[in-house]
Amino acid sequence: MAAPLLQPPDIEGFRRWLRRHKNRDLTPKLMTEREAVRRFVRDGDYVGFELYGTVRCPLSVVREIVRQGKKRLRLAGQGLIDVDLLVAAGLVEAMDLTYVGYEAYGLSAVLRRACEAGGLRLAEWSNGALAWRMKAAAMGVPFLPARSMLGTDTFRRSAAKRIRDPFTGMTLAALPALILDCGVVHVHRADVYGNCQLDGITGFALEMARASKRLIISAEEIVDTDEIRRKPEKTAIPFYLVDAVVHAPFGSHPGETCYLYERDEPHIRDYLKAAATEEGMKSYLKRWIHSARDHRDYLKMVGRERLERLRTKR
Amino acid sequence: MSRVQYSAAEMLACLAARQMKGRTTVFIGTGVPMLAAALAKRLYAPELLPVFEFGGIGSTLDRLPLGVGESRTFDRAFAALGLCDVMETAQRGLIEEGFLGGAQIDPFGNLNTTAIGRYRRPSVRLPGSGGGNEVASLCWSTIILMRHERKRFVPRVDFLTSPGYLGGPHGRRRAGLPEDTGPRLVITDLCFFDFEPNSKRLRLAALNPGVGVEDVERETGFPFCVAARLARNAPPTPRELRLLRRQIDPGGVFRR
Repeated sequence: MAAPLLQPPDIEGFRRWLRRHKNRDLTPKLMTEREAVRRFVRDGDYVGFELYGTVRCPLSVVREIVRQGKKRLRLAGQGLIDVDLLVAAGLVEAMDLTYVGYEAYGLSAVLRRACEAGGLRLAEWSNGALAWRMKAAAMGVPFLPARSMLGTDTFRRSAAKRIRDPFTGMTLAALPALILDCGVVHVHRADVYGNCQLDGITGFALEMARASKRLIISAEEIVDTDEIRRKPEKTAIPFYLVDAVVHAPFGSHPGETCYLYERDEPHIRDYLKAAATEEGMKSYLKRWIHSARDHRDYLKMVGRERLERLRTKR
Repeated sequence: MSRVQYSAAEMLACLAARQMKGRTTVFIGTGVPMLAAALAKRLYAPELLPVFEFGGIGSTLDRLPLGVGESRTFDRAFAALGLCDVMETAQRGLIEEGFLGGAQIDPFGNLNTTAIGRYRRPSVRLPGSGGGNEVASLCWSTIILMRHERKRFVPRVDFLTSPGYLGGPHGRRRAGLPEDTGPRLVITDLCFFDFEPNSKRLRLAALNPGVGVEDVERETGFPFCVAARLARNAPPTPRELRLLRRQIDPGGVFRR
């Protein structure tokens, strides 16, 4: 009954891959969403997006992936609108699922349609387990032991295994390392080399950045390297982890990015109304993704005045 | 006594808020637990330390969060950390009590938030565990908040997402979960259940205003025993309701 591992924890391969592909020279990596997705997301990839749908989420990159129609994606499924858009566009083949829903606003109609029709390959996890799996990859070890998920159907429908601790004899859940083919993280500021600084909670940004073979950063603001160097302790993701830097102001719209802008509640409500039916969802994708050439175009469609009203008042 | 009107969610929020005491670390899930924590901070436990799974530690809860990762979960907080840190803090034993809910609950306090019906072709696909499994596995105790309906109180959950006492008194130990942990209370819009110490099954402990044992029986899909001394919960006070409606959730996001 255990779910298959959607992405095997090939730690030796990961080391070799990082050594060969991660450029440790200071190279400018600033590029458009289109170029970043074209170069670093492939059909069949295992991908993940931090933090989640309505919170500091790289939705401009998600929308570009939908625009380019990347196929047969496998997904770290901790999300809301991010997961919805990809699933509704028919781009997702399998998911390590921990939570897909709208909290205050209820269930995801898109996930419901996909699961109730039986079309998705799923493994179940908890939020802690999925983050610890990325942490294992970040540590360069094939698994981490944990004390959650034990005894439940969540465990039975995951790919975790029960192990006995050789020191104490305790029973633990062994969580296999999760190595992403491509991770995408939205940050407050980055320089052109990919030195990234975040404000507020860090969610699982640090773990995902270090668990990804390829890493796309979208940033609210591109800053001078001198600004990064003034507060190096704020750098959560150093340049040598990063493959692409995309400038994406309001990149998390209709979600929030803390201290900068709030959720666009009317847009989220309209989205949920649209998502309630397959036709509604199709027209949402058409209107907000396929009709826009790029993120700048999307922001124009949302409207400058509306975006200005969302800015956090401090 | 005047008849004050209130919703089921308001009743749950008030009853849960009264359970949050002193300077305790509480793990807050999405929904009614947020209302309860916001109410508790204003009325019963100003020094309560709410912890949210994506890293918010000690928010003032001046503004009601709509989600567990939102900026409101770290409004003027002591710390804004990350998901692993919070879950590891719970795993180390530093989080006293967790508050969570579910679509289904069984006699041992096991919760389903994953799927109704058969897993592979569910009749309703629910969101999944989220942080619920860690809250239920790793906090010293948990308080479960439920709408009391027969379809929710079932002999066997369709999918066991987050652990109560699993199969009975030794379930958690056998599974390898931390010792001396587990749910201590189920709060519903009809009553309180605690857990009978030997069987670890739900036991009716208190009734809400205007509710009789037979009302609880009608809405519960399995037999339960009744405490020798059945307590009576006080209804929401005008002060609690005023705070919930005017200050905490004027838009009625979670209250309705």
